[in-house]
Amino acid sequence: MPTFVYMTRCDGCGHCVDICPSDIMHIDKTVRRAVNIEPNMCWECYSCVKACPQNAIDVRGYADFAPLGHSVRVLREEEKGTISWKIKFRDGREKNFLSPITTQPWGEKIPKLGELEVPDEEALKSQLLCYEPDALNINTGLPVMKKEQLKEGVYY
Amino acid sequence: MSKVKTVWEDCDILVVGGGMAGTGAAYEARYWGRDMKIICAEKANIDRSGAVAQGLYAINCYMGMQWDENQPEDHVRYARNDLMGLVREDLAFDMARHVDSAVHKFEEWGLPIMRNKETGRYQREGKWQIMIHGESYKPIVAEAARNSADKIYNRIMVTHLLMDESKENRVGGAVGFNCRTGDFHVFRAKAVIVGAGGASHIFKPRSVGEGMGRTWYAPWSSGSAYALPIEVGAKMTQMENRIVLTRFKDGYGPVGAYFLHLKTYTQNTYGEEYESKWYEHTKAMVGEYIDHTPTPTCLRNHAFIEEVKAGRGPIHMVTMEAFQDPHLEEVGWENFLGMTVGQAVVWASQDVDPKYMNPELTTSEPYVMGSHATCSGAWVSGPEDISPPEYYWGYNRMLTVDGLFGAGDTVGGTAHKFSSGSFTEGRIAAKAAVKYILDLGDEKIVVNNKQCEDLKEVIYKPLENYTVGRNEITAGTVSPSYLLPIQGLQRLEKIMDEYVGGISVNYMTNENLLKRGIELLGTLQEDLEHIGAEDLHQLMRAWELKHRTLTSECVAQHTLFREETRWPGYYYRGDHMKLDDDNWHCLTLSRRDPETGEWTMEKAPLYHIVDDKEDNQ
Ligand SMILES: Cc1cc2nc3c(=O)[nH]c(=O)nc-3n(C[C@H](O)[C@H](O)[C@H](O)COP(=O)(O)OP(=O)(O)OC[C@H]3O[C@@H](n4cnc5c(N)ncnc54)[C@H](O)[C@@H]3O)c2cc1C
Ligand code: SF4
Ligand code: SF4
Repeated sequence: MPTFVYMTRCDGCGHCVDICPSDIMHIDKTVRRAVNIEPNMCWECYSCVKACPQNAIDVRGYADFAPLGHSVRVLREEEKGTISWKIKFRDGREKNFLSPITTQPWGEKIPKLGELEVPDEEALKSQLLCYEPDALNINTGLPVMKKEQLKEGVYY
Repeated sequence: MSKVKTVWEDCDILVVGGGMAGTGAAYEARYWGRDMKIICAEKANIDRSGAVAQGLYAINCYMGMQWDENQPEDHVRYARNDLMGLVREDLAFDMARHVDSAVHKFEEWGLPIMRNKETGRYQREGKWQIMIHGESYKPIVAEAARNSADKIYNRIMVTHLLMDESKENRVGGAVGFNCRTGDFHVFRAKAVIVGAGGASHIFKPRSVGEGMGRTWYAPWSSGSAYALPIEVGAKMTQMENRIVLTRFKDGYGPVGAYFLHLKTYTQNTYGEEYESKWYEHTKAMVGEYIDHTPTPTCLRNHAFIEEVKAGRGPIHMVTMEAFQDPHLEEVGWENFLGMTVGQAVVWASQDVDPKYMNPELTTSEPYVMGSHATCSGAWVSGPEDISPPEYYWGYNRMLTVDGLFGAGDTVGGTAHKFSSGSFTEGRIAAKAAVKYILDLGDEKIVVNNKQCEDLKEVIYKPLENYTVGRNEITAGTVSPSYLLPIQGLQRLEKIMDEYVGGISVNYMTNENLLKRGIELLGTLQEDLEHIGAEDLHQLMRAWELKHRTLTSECVAQHTLFREETRWPGYYYRGDHMKLDDDNWHCLTLSRRDPETGEWTMEKAPLYHIVDDKEDNQ
């Protein structure tokens, strides 16, 4: 399909519509539930699957090369900061994986640069970016090159 | 068109595309442009847009200067070597000297970067890559952009740049439409930073039918990063340098972690090592470049392609040894789940367990982009402290159109930036854009209503084409008066595939093929005036197709211009099968005249900044 939506689980909330980078999850006007309107432009990126509060979306591998009978399920738990995957092979074997997705409470450590001290003229003229040179973790400053080192058309 | 609502937004900096580069730009712009109005217009939703929508399992560009692992000079040598000598070393050095500071911030924000238990340093996958649990990489950088920008507009497909009417060759903003409401959006801006990502679906993909979405680069990478600047006459560089990737078959699962960390290796169907067999053959084409270490990506592809042509495919990745180690097995799977889930789906469906079976590899169709092991993109100014005169015209990362900046896939000549380098380049461009605006002072940018109204006509025309044409026929997809976006896309892919060096011709082309291909692209351009869009979603597809087609024209023109085979394994000029340093140790530039549509090509000198002492390490 590659994504498809289970009729009995979807409540039409639209989270998948909001997130799909390909703009292909739409709410069907007749059944008032989500549907993948353009399966051949789906990347199987799982963004919609992760976003669905009802676990209503699943993926069936592309028909032109993926035999039926497999599944790759995901559960992304923002509060726990983890993502878990369950892979089921066509022959029934299973594999499970669990990974962290963040080490911080959501959004709290991401700064608002507008609240930092206003940089001066000197800083603006320099080659430094925000938080530099400190954030480079070196004490020799931002690396520089001399223009005299330029050589035109030398073959390396 | 009169019923379409117009939404006006006047701002200082407009960021087009909120991917890795765009989020970096929005973030940094706020620091330097404290009182400036910063707007980002994104085609999808910045939380999961662009090439990093699924996440990533590695950051492929990190110097590690704090542990003296690599210096910016080393990065220049590496990128130069991989691109067969040709990169913009000023831009490469500049990105590399800043990239570590971005990565350190990512970690602070919560991105889980793996650590080596013994050394306490970041876990290296290879010399340049560090390993991450990057499922939420994109939502994390998106949050940084949201904290900085005045407003982020999701679901706006930007179709054209606006030009200042008071001064020639100066940008004045951009226009587009909202893919959900259909509203027409006009952004008048003093500076525009394009971060609209690379291009997939330029060449016919290996997968057909439903699977055509399973390309390596995301199917939503529509070449807007190139078409937007080309349309207003900006110069482009190295657009012939498309990339072909060796990937796991059908799912396009990346091989980096497999080669570098799991130490898996390839062999032909008879279990033989094959790369060394092609050594003499390759040397005859490219000379001593084959002796460089590491072997340039294109040359490894070349051996792969030749071995398959010789009838000894498929090529397998030998995973059965590494996967006996449970830790490595876990890394192997999580590598896909973290950035290319579709590969795990393919293996599950085909009962491929790499612990018991060596999976197949293939070479992909070509892609056009500027941040991976390839460097197609816009011709930009470098930083003032490093760049030679031909590479410098005032503001870092500014294109040849005043006030128009680029970053990430948009910028040409700088391979191996990847996610972290693209974000970094966005930061560099944003700081320069702030300086540009401050230097403008009270000067006004003039964009009159007429310019916007004219573009509005053009933008919504596919809806009208459809409405009118649809009445002529009973039903179905076949119309004598309009083409649907998917039909136009398939025409484009077929032309590029057969004439410009795609998979069905083993990446081969020549002068006559290219000239014919360019003619056919010309008639496709004419037909695109008659593209029909049934709804707003299809209108987006119509504009993606138009952007892809303009990008493709540029690729074809560049490929015709460079009369050599510089990167065997990416593409071949059958009429010039050798690398030709005497004539082509240079960068190629193109410009399309916005009035006439004529292309002019030129060579730009190649400056080497960094010596080669460690090239052969
Ligand atoms: C499968 C895969 C694996 C990769 N692995 C790695 C890795 O391990 N490590 C690493 O560091 N890098 C990796 N990369 C590379 C990395 O993703 C890119 O280098 C990086 O994302 C490029 O950044 P960008 O901002 O130029 O483009 P993108 O991140 O793609 O952003 C482009 C943005 O522009 C938007 N856009 C496009 N057109 C328009 C328009 N017309 N109007 C408005 N908005 C528009 C898009 O929606 C998107 O948000 C990988 C990429 C892929 C696809
Ligand atoms: S997110 Fe889930 S429940 Fe909500 S519309 Fe989509 S499929 Fe239905
Ligand atoms: S998997 Fe990705 S591309 Fe496919 S429908 Fe879901 S969000 Fe869209």
